[in-house]
Amino acid sequence: MPNNIIQMRDIVKRFYIGKPNELEILHGFNLVVPQGEFLSIVGASGSGKSTLMNLLGALDRPTTGSYLLDGTAIEQAKDTELSAIRCRKVGFVFQNFNLIPRINALKNVELPMMYSGMGQRARTQKAKELMKLVEMDDRLDHQPNELSGGQKQRVAIARAMANDPAIILADEPTGALDSKTGRLVMDIFHTLNREQGKTIVLITHNRELAAETDRRITMRDGMLYEQ
Amino acid sequence: MEIRENLRLALEGLRANKMRALLTMLGIIIGIGSVIGILTVGNGLSGSITGQLSDLGANNIQVYLRGKGSAQEMMGLSVGAGSMEDGDLLSDEMFDALMARYPDEVASIAPIELAGSAQVKEGKLYANVSLYGVNASYIPTMNVELLAGRALRDKDIVGMRNVCVVSEKLVNNMFGGDIWAALGQEIQLYQKDSVFTYVIVGVSKYEASVMAGMMSTASEKDMSTELYLPITNAQRITGHTPGLHEMVIMSAVEGLDGRDVATHIENFLNRYYKNNDDFMVQAMSMESMMDMVSSVMGTLSIAISVIAGISLLVGGIGVMNILLVSVTERTREIGIRKALGATNGNIRFQFVTESVIICVVGGVLGILFGTGLGLLGSSLLGELCGPTLSSIFLAFGFSMAIGVFFGYYPANKAASLDPIDALRYE
Repeated sequence: MPNNIIQMRDIVKRFYIGKPNELEILHGFNLVVPQGEFLSIVGASGSGKSTLMNLLGALDRPTTGSYLLDGTAIEQAKDTELSAIRCRKVGFVFQNFNLIPRINALKNVELPMMYSGMGQRARTQKAKELMKLVEMDDRLDHQPNELSGGQKQRVAIARAMANDPAIILADEPTGALDSKTGRLVMDIFHTLNREQGKTIVLITHNRELAAETDRRITMRDGMLYEQ
Repeated sequence: MEIRENLRLALEGLRANKMRALLTMLGIIIGIGSVIGILTVGNGLSGSITGQLSDLGANNIQVYLRGKGSAQEMMGLSVGAGSMEDGDLLSDEMFDALMARYPDEVASIAPIELAGSAQVKEGKLYANVSLYGVNASYIPTMNVELLAGRALRDKDIVGMRNVCVVSEKLVNNMFGGDIWAALGQEIQLYQKDSVFTYVIVGVSKYEASVMAGMMSTASEKDMSTELYLPITNAQRITGHTPGLHEMVIMSAVEGLDGRDVATHIENFLNRYYKNNDDFMVQAMSMESMMDMVSSVMGTLSIAISVIAGISLLVGGIGVMNILLVSVTERTREIGIRKALGATNGNIRFQFVTESVIICVVGGVLGILFGTGLGLLGSSLLGELCGPTLSSIFLAFGFSMAIGVFFGYYPANKAASLDPIDALRYE
């Protein structure tokens, strides 16, 4: 029986925009993702996708309910613990790449390893390997503003892989790319999933992309529905 | 490892925004620079004054009359307090008694009679002089260096001979600098309507005085120098009673503390002034004068440090301000870093490092600027000297401390940003 990387139970998220106005975004759903699955979550804007993504990525805690990420309980973790969890267990890939300007591609890939305390030499070597994996090893010294969108996203994927995270969380990773480069990025995800057994959660509103994944979940009005 | 990345990042940030960085650092540069500069000039000045004082003879004690009025006493005013009568003045008899009482402490007694200024003229040539009426003890007591000829002797004083010791500078003006040719020459001294004829018996070394150079606007050629003549002659010029004096230089026996000897002299002479309502004797040793100079310098340094402190405070606030701007500008970067696993501590450390770098770079520029200022200022005063090593270290450490202190608030603000909001920030 495969190991479950994500175990969410009765997840509720409320926001308090000044009493007594409280806004419930997520209404108590369950989500289980086994190791090595390529899962897609599809939903219209305003359905609660972003909030779910923040919870999955340990950027935020649920109001009630429990969340085990690779065996670690998120709902009671302190800020510093959440930082460590994001650092080691989650790799983010964003729609708008979110590379840090003024530092080159290689240094961007090294960042998560710097925060996890890896030594300079080891992390440079690992970063070079990852850049080779996404076929960007000829652009190590380039600043983010010298790269095309597709290249930036490949650097971002290499960065997401830096600390061998339990999951890769991709939020509309092809949203800012044309269909050809978007295809390229999706191919990288498939390769990572197939060859390295990475667990990938893809959040998108593009049903064609979602159709390529192992399992599709739709989010509607703060609840999840299997397709 | 993290600190190296932070340093690199901070330095690159400075390079990317050179103008902004310079303006930010200006307060620190000016603050540190002015402290270093002024302390250096102060060191030079105090060194040059102490040097000059000790050149005058380290064992010397100035003895003079001062008013008894409480106001004058408080302000330490010396001569010129009220009009002096003959009965108020110090006399040769008092000096003889003093010598008899303290033969092992007082080495020499040299009264001075200032007889105003005069001009030496010969055709188109001229030299300005101040007339110093002195006895035979004066020239050795004051360490006046003779380049040629001899000092004044007791015979000159008693015999009221018209002989004098002039300075090298007078020889330059009148005799083309030939000191040996000047010896034995007659010179004409013009003072108001009177003319005196004197024979040069000695030539003294001329040293440009820092204080005189600062006080006087006269050109080098017109600068007045000392001309020593027998005190008896000087008193005839001024019309004062022979044997009575207003000011005296004494010297303590080598090896004694001038302050103790000065106290003995003061106490001894003041017995003559017990019944004098207007005046009393004050004796000041070279040691206590140097104490005064250094205490004035100390006060000055404190005042300057306060001003510099204010400018550093303003500079620090400037740094804090620009860091707050920087935190806002880089909100998204902070969000990304947090998503990648940076803790609040990592973020705080990054911004404090940046602040420290700004302040330390500013401090180093300030040290360079202040050193230049100090070298320039002290060379103008004629005593070239650089900043002390301790003041450089202090300035460096201080700018580092300012960086930590004023960087902490913006850094903490950056650290406490919510990662979700920061990531969404446009």
